[in-house]
Amino acid sequence: MLDSTEDIEFRLLLEAILRKYHYDFRGYSTASLKRRLRQARERFGCRSFSTLQDRVLHDPTVFPDLLSYLTVQVSEFFRDPDYFRAIREHVVPYLRTYPSLKIWVAGCSAGEEVYSLAILLREEGLEDRTMIYGTDINPEALRRAEAGVYEMDRIPLFTENHRRSGGKSSLSDYYTAAYGGAVFDKSLRRRAVFSDHSLAADEVFAEVQLVSCRNVLIYFDRELQDRAVGLFKDSLSRKGFLGIGGKESLHFSLHAEAFEEFVRDERIYQKRGDR
Amino acid sequence: MSGPRVAAVAVGASAGALESLSVILPELPEDYPLPVLVVVHLPPDRKSLMASLLRERCRIAVKEAEDKERIVGGMVYLAPPDYHLMVEEDRRLSLSSEEPVRYSRPSIDVLFETAAEAYGPGLVGIVLSGANSDGARGLRAICDAGGVGLVQSPDQALASAMPHAALLACPEAAAMSLGEIAKHLLGIVGPS
Ligand SMILES: C[S@@+](CC[C@H](N)C(=O)[O-])C[C@H]1O[C@@H](n2cnc3c(N)ncnc32)[C@H](O)[C@@H]1O
Repeated sequence: MLDSTEDIEFRLLLEAILRKYHYDFRGYSTASLKRRLRQARERFGCRSFSTLQDRVLHDPTVFPDLLSYLTVQVSEFFRDPDYFRAIREHVVPYLRTYPSLKIWVAGCSAGEEVYSLAILLREEGLEDRTMIYGTDINPEALRRAEAGVYEMDRIPLFTENHRRSGGKSSLSDYYTAAYGGAVFDKSLRRRAVFSDHSLAADEVFAEVQLVSCRNVLIYFDRELQDRAVGLFKDSLSRKGFLGIGGKESLHFSLHAEAFEEFVRDERIYQKRGDR
Repeated sequence: MSGPRVAAVAVGASAGALESLSVILPELPEDYPLPVLVVVHLPPDRKSLMASLLRERCRIAVKEAEDKERIVGGMVYLAPPDYHLMVEEDRRLSLSSEEPVRYSRPSIDVLFETAAEAYGPGLVGIVLSGANSDGARGLRAICDAGGVGLVQSPDQALASAMPHAALLACPEAAAMSLGEIAKHLLGIVGPS
């Protein structure tokens, strides 16, 4: 079957973005990516993906905007509270046995998940021995993560999530209201580093005891999922933990054998000792 | 049998979904050769009873869709609560937690539009009872791609807004009773 003209243009646009800006979206799930690029096409008033490609190649102000369509930025503090409860109840006891800890939050968006873990670790008395690496490919998201300021109207949901996750303190202990937003305490960032890292292009950068990569793999096709999970496997220390999103699984993964289910319902896996 | 071979069925339902689906799906035999992809609007809590309720009533297998799973016949795939369900070109399923579309996640339009692209004329799209207008654009896309549109007769639906909107967007779609829709689904696969 011949590709449609739009499909040809879609592939060429991804190729152009890769060559010009070094972002590789070729291995993303097509259905969702194409939908979002169609929205971008409309927003930029372009008739076709070819026209959009022309704009993105010749007007350097377009790509940063386009990136917000290419990546999905939906996140929350303590998103899926049961996941964080499972980390607290089942993973933390293992983490306590290490004198120093490294955690990798891959696809950290604007930092919501990193701050959630930082708060959880402080509540569990593990903060001082831990480094958290938050990585993402969206520079605007990383900048917001660094700033740690969130819209005030999201705070009730975050507070409720934190409580339901088994939080031992009050979320309000960690932020102050200013600039029309909730500014999270800088001390939470003392043990956190935010940096640019792509699961599609970059390599392992540290040995870690826990990888949390939630709601990122669903935007990848199977090969790219395999690449990403391969990075997690190589990055994790022996018997390290991997947490993924509520509707993600290692079921179809090339690396499924390297992990065993640890908290099944919350999609928390443990790397086998012999891998 | 005339027209292109049907390869899949996509169904959208909202208010009144369980009642409507409980009439249609139990009619399908265990070895029904087509996959049936279903989006139902549900409250966004993580554990939904819809799959197990339907499983009890159906002979055809019913499951919650998993990300990147290959679509096979003889299976009803339900979108999990709070995730969009999409069909990839290679006929695998994808889930996504991107923004709700016209207040809905899962969105019937998103399923229908992506399925229309993957299956073209080989798709039957069905809009059932519901109190909003989700599914109308999607059914338009299915018909534009050469597929067939069926709509639960608005005067027989618990909530008629969704069937009305679908028929308005897609006048060539056929309005049918639930019994007729079930019969149609059995008819398109013919005696085996
Ligand atoms: C839906 S958010 C998930 C945020 C958070 N982990 C959560 O579950 O709430 C997906 C994030 O993955 C990032 N992302 C997309 N492609 C990536 C890649 N190749 N490498 C690293 N991060 C990526 C996006 O920029 C976005 O911030």
